[in-house]
Amino acid sequence: MNIFFQQVLNGLTLGSVYALVALGLTLVYGILHIPNFAHGALYMVGAYAAFYLVGSLGANYWVAMAGAAIVVAALAVLSDRLIFHRLRNAPPLHDMIAAIGLLLFLEAGIQAIWGAEFHRLAPPYPQIVRLFDLVAPAQRLIIIAAAFGLMFVLHLFLTRTLTGSTIIAMAQNREGASLVGIDATKVSVLTFAISGALAAVAATLFAPINLIYPSMGHLVIMKAFVIIILGGMGSIPGAIVGGLVIGFAESFGAFYVSTNYKDIIAFALLVLILSFRPQGLFPSGARA
Amino acid sequence: MTSKTLQKPLLAILLVLAIVFPMVAANDYYIYVMSLAYIMAIAAVGLNLILGYTGQLNLAHAGFMAIGAYTVGILTVDYGVPYWIAFVVAGIVSAVIGFFAGLLSLRLKGHFFSIFTLCVGFMIYLVIEKSDALTHGTVGIIDIPAPTGIGPIRFDNTWSQYYLVLFFLVVSLWLMSRIVHSLLGRAFVAIRNGEDLAETLGINLMRTKVLAFVLSTFYAGMAGALYAGFVRFIGPAMALESHTFDMIAFILVGGIGTLFGPLLGAILLTWLTQSLQFLQDFRMIVFGPLLILLVMFFPQGLIGYWRERQVRRAAASMQDRRLQRSVIGSQQEVSTNA
Repeated sequence: MNIFFQQVLNGLTLGSVYALVALGLTLVYGILHIPNFAHGALYMVGAYAAFYLVGSLGANYWVAMAGAAIVVAALAVLSDRLIFHRLRNAPPLHDMIAAIGLLLFLEAGIQAIWGAEFHRLAPPYPQIVRLFDLVAPAQRLIIIAAAFGLMFVLHLFLTRTLTGSTIIAMAQNREGASLVGIDATKVSVLTFAISGALAAVAATLFAPINLIYPSMGHLVIMKAFVIIILGGMGSIPGAIVGGLVIGFAESFGAFYVSTNYKDIIAFALLVLILSFRPQGLFPSGARA
Repeated sequence: MTSKTLQKPLLAILLVLAIVFPMVAANDYYIYVMSLAYIMAIAAVGLNLILGYTGQLNLAHAGFMAIGAYTVGILTVDYGVPYWIAFVVAGIVSAVIGFFAGLLSLRLKGHFFSIFTLCVGFMIYLVIEKSDALTHGTVGIIDIPAPTGIGPIRFDNTWSQYYLVLFFLVVSLWLMSRIVHSLLGRAFVAIRNGEDLAETLGINLMRTKVLAFVLSTFYAGMAGALYAGFVRFIGPAMALESHTFDMIAFILVGGIGTLFGPLLGAILLTWLTQSLQFLQDFRMIVFGPLLILLVMFFPQGLIGYWRERQVRRAAASMQDRRLQRSVIGSQQEVSTNA
């Protein structure tokens, strides 16, 4: 029972981190209609920003998280204004290549500053929580609570506020949104800022139980892509459900199948599902 | 037509330059670097077929190059198979795996295809890294034998290996030029320009795309097999997507969808990184923004730019001639009227 509970907890932790990253990715896809390959690099920069704020400036964990979110949000907005916005009329191939260029640049830049070695963010909450005979590290519970809290706030923002619904409107129909007077520039800046902040928060939450290194974003971003393909590109509930599916598949797969191949499970799942359903699991949200 | 008649002597000059290169190169290291650039160019020429001609951004290309290299590595080191047999098998293995990967991934279009192949590439990397028994895992395969001699020719020094690689480069470019100038090549371009239109014209989309994919992975496999025999050490990192990105940079700099673009880009960028030796690990600080600037301001690449200028000039001269003719015609008209 306890072992099973551990796997559930692991699955929830992984799933909520993946879901946060996938959410940002899917939001940007809704606006840009390109897969932002640089999103994983934003996630990585977020982890380094938090690491720097905590390690070198001695900031509090939550302050560092907010700081990282602001830094990465600014970076994401900058990438939109300087690169993606200017390429909006170019063929999609160009956006993808530009995103790859940005990814390479950020990774090499971080590596030039902090080196290729692994870093660790000291766990701010090293306690173990005990409930009956179940044990759980506090950090994992914090990840789950914070991630779901954030998703809930995001959901409220997108559905209950005027600014939030402009994002949805824009994703649904660009021309229509412009017709009713929605400022496309404002919406895309906002979307990029949110997606960057989500990536930074996900990275800061995950960092205390993980390692920080320049290519740390690769696996996460690829899994996030798997998630949004499965969940439907541009679909927000799809990103959350997909994140949890992959999280659980990985934690249970690592335990019952093989730890060595746990990272392949997500991709194997993708191959399997796309072989039978090329349009993804929830094609309604998808735009082919 | 002028460009075609101009091309032949130009190609002959380039070939002579390539043949003379080892004799004028200052030391063996330069020859080594050039050979490496040729090998990367062969892989990039293959990628250009699916990316530049068929318009599908395949991000698993480095993975297929690694499959070719590992096929040679495993067969020669662990099973004592002669190099050239392993070399042929490497091409076949890459193409067969490419066939199945293509069959699966080409059901997806545009972005989905790119993302999917990114995952395929990463799966290849993970499988290579984790399968200790087969691939030696993270350690990689060392002491791969150099290509065995053919008849009296030996491939035991940098010079002879340079010519071997050059030979394969020329063959692969020649083959590629036959492919892209054939009806099949036109079908590839038609798909790039518009899948719906291509389908309406009676092109079997899936079959044609899979064929392009298989051909490109075959090139990757051959390049990988050459790489294994030339560098003689391979590790799982060569399957990483960053190597695919390198090749994309080659193609973009040289000219996407042009025959010689990948080669030109591979040579230029390889020498650029060599001359910025201190940048080895950080080459992406230069390459990353370079990629972005290229797609923003110079998406056609060097050869594409040159060709565009030629076309424009040809169009201008044609217009001149037409103008002259019409002027002459009206003069004649005037004279007959008078």
